[in-house]
Amino acid sequence: MARAFTPKVLTANRLLEGDVIYYSANGDWVTSHDDALYLTDEVQANELLAACGKLSKYLVGAYLADAALEDGKPVPTHFREEFRTRGPSNYHHGKQAEV
Amino acid sequence: MYSYNEFDKDFIQTRVKQFRSQVERRVDGSLTEDEFKPLRLMNGLYLQLHAYMLRVAIPYGTLNSQKMHVLADVADKWDKGYGHFTTRQNIQYNWPKLKDVPDMLQALADVEMHAIQTSGNCIRNVTADHFSGAAKDEIEDPRPTAELLRQWSTDHPEFAFLGRKFKFAVTGSETDRAVIKAHDVGIQVVKNAAGEIGYKVLVGGGLGRTPMIGKVLREFLPREDLLPYSEAIMQVYNALGRRDNKYKARIKITVHENGIDKIRELVEERFIIQREAFGGYDQELFKDIKAAFAAPDYLNAPTTAFDDALSSDPIFRSFADTNLFEHRNPDYAIVSISIKKHGQTPGDATSEQMRVMADLAKEYAHDELRISHEQNVILPHVHKSHIPAIHAKLREHGLATANIGLISDIIACPGMDYCALATARSIPIAQQIATRFDELKLEHDIGELKIKISGCINACGHHHVGHIGILGLDKAGVESYQITLGGDGSENAAIGERAGPGFSYTEIVPAIERLIGAYLEVRDSKNETFLETYRRLGSAPFKAALYPETRVAAE
Repeated sequence: MARAFTPKVLTANRLLEGDVIYYSANGDWVTSHDDALYLTDEVQANELLAACGKLSKYLVGAYLADAALEDGKPVPTHFREEFRTRGPSNYHHGKQAEV
Repeated sequence: MYSYNEFDKDFIQTRVKQFRSQVERRVDGSLTEDEFKPLRLMNGLYLQLHAYMLRVAIPYGTLNSQKMHVLADVADKWDKGYGHFTTRQNIQYNWPKLKDVPDMLQALADVEMHAIQTSGNCIRNVTADHFSGAAKDEIEDPRPTAELLRQWSTDHPEFAFLGRKFKFAVTGSETDRAVIKAHDVGIQVVKNAAGEIGYKVLVGGGLGRTPMIGKVLREFLPREDLLPYSEAIMQVYNALGRRDNKYKARIKITVHENGIDKIRELVEERFIIQREAFGGYDQELFKDIKAAFAAPDYLNAPTTAFDDALSSDPIFRSFADTNLFEHRNPDYAIVSISIKKHGQTPGDATSEQMRVMADLAKEYAHDELRISHEQNVILPHVHKSHIPAIHAKLREHGLATANIGLISDIIACPGMDYCALATARSIPIAQQIATRFDELKLEHDIGELKIKISGCINACGHHHVGHIGILGLDKAGVESYQITLGGDGSENAAIGERAGPGFSYTEIVPAIERLIGAYLEVRDSKNETFLETYRRLGSAPFKAALYPETRVAAE
């Protein structure tokens, strides 16, 4: 039996800078996970992912990452995705230092 | 120090131009990511968790001050002001922008450095003993051999599309500081009964998913046969190695599945044919290479300043006890600079620290630096009279930590703080262990102990050959750390034994503390190292310390 669909966000890295980005509710790509579009519909999620093929000049490595809703905002459910929202944990640098 | 010939220079410069054009075509949309990815990987450029990562080769870990200065400049100009030295004697930059990478490679190429063959299914950067050319126990400096292998393997058309990556390591001593038994091919310079210098060749070592200790393929290979013999090994691997499953594609599996005797027979058959193709030009080349690695002009001066500091300064004495090693010239020492100050990221050096080390090498150490697979920096040739001045300068820059070979001198891969393949973090575990044992002031009492941490099964952190190995895994969405005991990366190489169930991120450091507590309790004297105690008593007392609840349940 196919695994039941769980909510997702669409994420990738920017081609030029390599920064982690998320597809937002406004239809653009943002660096904050808070502003990511929370995808609960499997068909829509897969269509958005497929459309990334046309954005190859802008982004790289797009995929759907598991997320949950907390206080109305999407949050990562896996620690790997949580690290991607802020940067390395060995000391304060990377994305967390730039925000 | 070896300097590129015209052919090498031209090759590296041309490669930068090619890559610049490839990046331009990727950016303007002429190349898709699928088309571009193999090209960027051939030039050491990965896409990691948070950003791109550029891996730059430091062949056999050897640098001079000029190259170290450029590594620092690259870190400042195009990255975040630091670099990460790796277990393969490379340096990694964690934050380059795609459009800047051609400029970074150009700056490196201008001082004869590059990122070629630091990725992909080819023969990778050839590594060597970080004390080479200086170690007292050395038969011969292994770097000319490593350089010959580098030249032979660079862009070798027959070996550009192997089943999997392929790693050579070379040592010139019986004492193995280059972990040759955990490499696809390990080469040891040896002398035969007639006093002739040649090579002992091992094959099929490797860590990762299926750890194996290399097996002896040839006890003594005459020097002039090195390249045809290596070529024969590669051809047998290329023909016989599996390509159906990437986890079964390394030569260790080929050796395991076919048996060392069969592999030897096939290699010897190919070798007879290959030898005909080498007309001796490689040995002419080897003579020139060897001349470029001649020993420096040693200084002949009194060592009084060193002796005085040793008797009057306890901090210097502590540094000397752990960070100095015997040099072949009795007036000299090998100075290991720890880039693992307690709580810091193992292997990271700031651009300022790189410049300090470069300037010290230039002023006091015959302009030579080495990067060790243990992620430290070495000044291989230092007259003893200069060591107090070096130590004072290192102290000013957070580089004088006296912990080489001790519990805080931990190898840790980048793990999930940077790496896209990682299944758990490794750096923070290393930071916490180092900080904890520094607080306990037990480090020097514990003595020699090698902890090695990997953030995934690929084992870049060499955890299988750590006296204590730690492997970070993702267990149902939670970081979990498995401990192995009794591993050894030396000439007595051994794969560590798994101790039992894993520990969570918060449990792992207390578990290591219990393990060390048990060692201090059961060792027969202060002189018995952790590894010796483990070999004498087996794993039982250590498992009991790690899993006290199991003991209670059994009682």
